[in-house]
Amino acid sequence: MCGIAGLFLKDEKHSAALGRMLSEMLTVLSDRGPDSAGFAVYGTPLAGGVKLTLRAREAAYDFAALAEQLAAHLGAKVEVTTRATHAVFTLGAEDAAAAEVWLRANAPEVNLFASGRAMELYKEVGLPATVSQRFDLPSMAGSHAVGHTRMATESAVTTAGAHPFSTGPDQCLVHNGSLSNHCALRRNLQKEGVGVETENDSEVAAAYLTWQMGRGMNLGEALEASLKDLDGFYTFVVGTEQGFGVLRDPIACKPAVLAETEAYVAFGSEYRALAGLPGIEEARVWEPEPATVYFWERAQ
Amino acid sequence: MSIVDLAATPLRELNAALHALPQDTNDTQWTIRNPRGQHAVAVGIDAPIAVEIEGHVGYYCAGMNQQASVTIKGNAGVGLAENMMSGEVRVTGDASQSAGATAHGGTLVIGGNASARCGISLKGADIIVKGNVGHMSAFMAQAGNLVVLGDAGEALGDSLYEARLYVRGQVASLGADCVEKEMTDAHKAQLAELLARAGVNGGVDPGDFRRYGSARELYHFKIDNVSAY
Repeated sequence: MCGIAGLFLKDEKHSAALGRMLSEMLTVLSDRGPDSAGFAVYGTPLAGGVKLTLRAREAAYDFAALAEQLAAHLGAKVEVTTRATHAVFTLGAEDAAAAEVWLRANAPEVNLFASGRAMELYKEVGLPATVSQRFDLPSMAGSHAVGHTRMATESAVTTAGAHPFSTGPDQCLVHNGSLSNHCALRRNLQKEGVGVETENDSEVAAAYLTWQMGRGMNLGEALEASLKDLDGFYTFVVGTEQGFGVLRDPIACKPAVLAETEAYVAFGSEYRALAGLPGIEEARVWEPEPATVYFWERAQ
Repeated sequence: MSIVDLAATPLRELNAALHALPQDTNDTQWTIRNPRGQHAVAVGIDAPIAVEIEGHVGYYCAGMNQQASVTIKGNAGVGLAENMMSGEVRVTGDASQSAGATAHGGTLVIGGNASARCGISLKGADIIVKGNVGHMSAFMAQAGNLVVLGDAGEALGDSLYEARLYVRGQVASLGADCVEKEMTDAHKAQLAELLARAGVNGGVDPGDFRRYGSARELYHFKIDNVSAY
């Protein structure tokens, strides 16, 4: 069992409250997933910059020193914002690829959890309310966000095994369920040059979507294709820089509730998670159909 | 009349109060506010009372109901009226999976759609769904009636026993051992009574429904069917 919460805002009315809304949703979903929690928040996309979200395995890690070394290597500016065990490095888009290569080679003590123009990604072991508080999720603003509360089944309770998983720029996926063909898929994706860092089945689903989108599909098409290629049971909620998608397996093993108002689309594993949202009384609330792609994208 | 606000009253307190009602209670009208998707609201009532729930509920609402008439103004989560014995449960919106599962008696009326496995292992209750039902509905249903005004998903009535299924719309596919059967005048009369009980007045002609039931080929072990087991 796991819990999923997602919010996709249609306008800026609730932007400043996005983190607070998601935090409350995740806290309600604690009893579906008390092991770990995580979330990806999409802010305003940087014009010429990229954000790298890093996580240090030791508590009082000196991210500023790492950023200095990276800046020296790149010969460019690297801004650092630290939140608990995570830090966001902001740098020029032209330096992003070199920075990722350098970090992987020179900073094995940190995980590179995500990169993108808009997305920051935080996850840790612990109760959802605690994780949310540690990273100060309620203070975060943005256009959309995806969160997860985990009760581990397929791999160990570790920070790297927590959700969301990000395997491409500004892409993230959370999963409630369990995939049965993830080992074969992982091998195939690795042959295609798509890296999967953990033993976790959900990361394979994320990597699969990244691979399909890299071949030119949009998120909706990639989700449609996954119905054929992924075996197992799943409810996925996926974010991209401008998009938000939901997919359930054909048997609908895992619960899902969607709500839509003029102002937002919200996803919750159970309605309880949505009960505190503004205007929920007037929302259209429904259970997404099995094997049906639900997909919203902001006009660019 | 009793009004319980679940934003202020713990759910267990509400359910304990409902369970404590004597058969001859005068406290027959209950209103429950702010359910906010909580699970197990108004479960296990055994008294001739009317309960109105204002808002969406979570899992197992009105489960094991006896005698009471429970109305949900909103949607219901998984297992609505699960194992109901008597009385009636009405939801104005949609119901999630396994609505009316194993229900022995009483009437369940779903105003919107029901998701997968509606009436799974039905044991005698009547379920009327004004919208559609999802896949594997009436799986292994043994007795009672499932009436669907909309469409039915895949594998309707799989491994069905003696429940009757009436569907007005499209059936995506029939499950193992479920077949279409003749609609006689007696069936139309029964369906008319079920529709009336659900408050479907006029505009719906029992003649527009098709009836499905068990072919009774999987009831007992037959060597010819070994591949189907």
